[in-house]
Amino acid sequence: MATVKRVKAREQDPLVRATNFDEVCLGYNLEEAVEEASRCLHCKNPRCVGACPVGVSIPEFVARLKEGDVEGAAAVIGRDSSLPAVCGRVCPQETQCEGSCILGIKGESLAIGKLERFVADNAKSVPVRAASRNGIRVAVVGSGPAGLACASDLAKKGYDVTVFEALHKAGGVLEYGIPEFRLPKDTVLKRELDSVRALGVTIETDVVIGKTVTVDSLMDEEGFKAVFIATGAGLPRFMNIPGENLCGVFSANEFLTRNNLMKAYRDDYMTPIHTGRKVCVVGGGNVAMDAARTALRLGAEVHIVYRRTEEELPARREEVLHAREEGIVFDMLTNPVEVIDNGSGWVKAIRCIRMELGEPDSSGRRSPVPVAGTEFDILTDTVIMALGTSPNPLVARTTPGLETGARGGIAADAQGATSREGVFAGGDAVTGAATVILAMGAGRKAAAAIDLYLQGK
Amino acid sequence: MFRILSKNMLSAAVCEMEVEAGRVARAALPGQFLIVRAGPEGERVPLTISDCDADRGTVTIVTQKVGASTTDIVAMEAGDCFEDVVGPLGLPSEFVKSTPEELRDERYVFIAGGVGAAPVYPQVKWLADRGVSVDVIVAARTADLLIYTEKLAMPGVSVHVCTDDGSRGFKGVGTAMLEKLVADGARFTRAVAIGPMIMMKFTALCCRKLDLPVTVSLNTLMVDGTGMCGACRVTVGGKTRFACVEGPEFDGWEVDFDEAMNRQGQYREEERAAMENHVCKIGRG
Repeated sequence: MATVKRVKAREQDPLVRATNFDEVCLGYNLEEAVEEASRCLHCKNPRCVGACPVGVSIPEFVARLKEGDVEGAAAVIGRDSSLPAVCGRVCPQETQCEGSCILGIKGESLAIGKLERFVADNAKSVPVRAASRNGIRVAVVGSGPAGLACASDLAKKGYDVTVFEALHKAGGVLEYGIPEFRLPKDTVLKRELDSVRALGVTIETDVVIGKTVTVDSLMDEEGFKAVFIATGAGLPRFMNIPGENLCGVFSANEFLTRNNLMKAYRDDYMTPIHTGRKVCVVGGGNVAMDAARTALRLGAEVHIVYRRTEEELPARREEVLHAREEGIVFDMLTNPVEVIDNGSGWVKAIRCIRMELGEPDSSGRRSPVPVAGTEFDILTDTVIMALGTSPNPLVARTTPGLETGARGGIAADAQGATSREGVFAGGDAVTGAATVILAMGAGRKAAAAIDLYLQGK
Repeated sequence: MFRILSKNMLSAAVCEMEVEAGRVARAALPGQFLIVRAGPEGERVPLTISDCDADRGTVTIVTQKVGASTTDIVAMEAGDCFEDVVGPLGLPSEFVKSTPEELRDERYVFIAGGVGAAPVYPQVKWLADRGVSVDVIVAARTADLLIYTEKLAMPGVSVHVCTDDGSRGFKGVGTAMLEKLVADGARFTRAVAIGPMIMMKFTALCCRKLDLPVTVSLNTLMVDGTGMCGACRVTVGGKTRFACVEGPEFDGWEVDFDEAMNRQGQYREEERAAMENHVCKIGRG
């Protein structure tokens, strides 16, 4: 009978990690990984595989790992995932693979994410270029999870793939959005990017498709036979409340980009960042947790301000737990209605109203309703708005005939085909803000569709 | 590589560089800007495109020393390379979409404050090349800070130089020059003001008084320059707009300049600390 408790992954002490940007979770060693792997029941009908957006053969890689065969396990994962070290760290496993694990019914589910991470971090094999190259050029717009997954798959099939990245570093949200303490850049992300490059993919940074060159010029002048658009959900949302443009109010995107991409936390970089003594982060998703924990590490007292209750927080459970352990205060059922000026153009406080949960909305969650007459002020030096993002319109606006959907995303079918022949799209650029693994899944589907399309030509 | 082919000091704190950036050079239109990073640890600095040569694959950029990052840029020499040059960013000037017929009856007046003469140049050149009548007021505090006065004096362009202290040209600010031209009988249909935020604010007020539509180009704070961070947000006509993707040019009558100036100074404390502690590493390998 398998043990009820999972092997706990070692973590940095909360008091220590609250003052540094090193990775919080230290992961398993081989002995711990093998022990955890041996808890797997090897179900005849493995529900975990069905719950994985890219369908990783979980029992199969876990079986290899149980025998200590790390390379074998890596090969199994590699069939379906191009970014396992990333996914092992940032996937919402509790609602996907681990959430459907039979072990979870009576005890703790198998720590599939931690096992995947162990395998990815410890496998030594490096992917190799496809033996035969077909010379057909495909452009991928955006080097985030969707773009990298698509580029990898196409390169494995022998295509000549160039990825265009608007920023000066590749990785998209993995670089600018997710902090170092969750996803180390110089080790984990760099290794994943090196693997993609090892397949023969070229990554050209500093190219803004829609500005520097258009999709049409890629196809008409630069000889690309197909284009995959994976530009992500880049534009920050604000609340449209009075005082939101005061100094000291930032989007989570700005705050995180300054710290992650632009390394504001490091003395050797020139990037300025502002926290003051107290920071309020508005929102309850992973981005809100990331911004809050970044501000904490920069030395501020940090509050999460969220209009629903902790039950409804959309963030990964582990991130909420970590944030709490590190000393972040959760102000639930609280919604800002105004940002108050200190008299010289800076934030002094946020005026909030108490909320209560009413009837379920279309998403099935009980919707928050303001309680009249309960306004109160939270004094703060900085406000960070982490309210989600909407798709970046730069490509859609500059590509004639490329249709967009209701929420501004590029309209694409399940395989990623758009209204323009040879142009495919996927990830947050189509769906709006979602997860790394869903974006990766969309990238892989589009790669298959692009291959089919180009074979048919 | 984004190599600097030539460098030319326009004044003590302002330099002009011709930089290799083929993709940007082939795409840039008047009104747009680009972002550079001087070195691997550098900030992303938005800069003016003052000219571009698609055949040579080069852009000309003008930089004024205002903080640590721009000091590093101005310290770079011909032969050095920028770590990154990305662009062109922002929307081109509105008139770029106009037909020659639509432009035929227009009378443009540009008001350039200090280093603002650099982004004004490609716009004036574009219009002058199409035979549109253009007046350009080039204003600065003092004669040493004037740039591009000769370069702007193209056929069909009337250049009016003015300085606050009267050390060259008309004595007075750009708006005084504009009012004088109008009082002397000039009939302008559109103004374009580019310069320091405070100068654009007062130029916009002056144009309003003259019932003259005015376009301003806002040099807000930016990080990515592609709409992602929102650092550049400004209120125009009561609505929040992102200068990097919806601008940088806006209707000057509608811009909330007081808010824009407040936001521009958001990192002043950090900037000051950076300047005090700054050791320039450019050119030391």
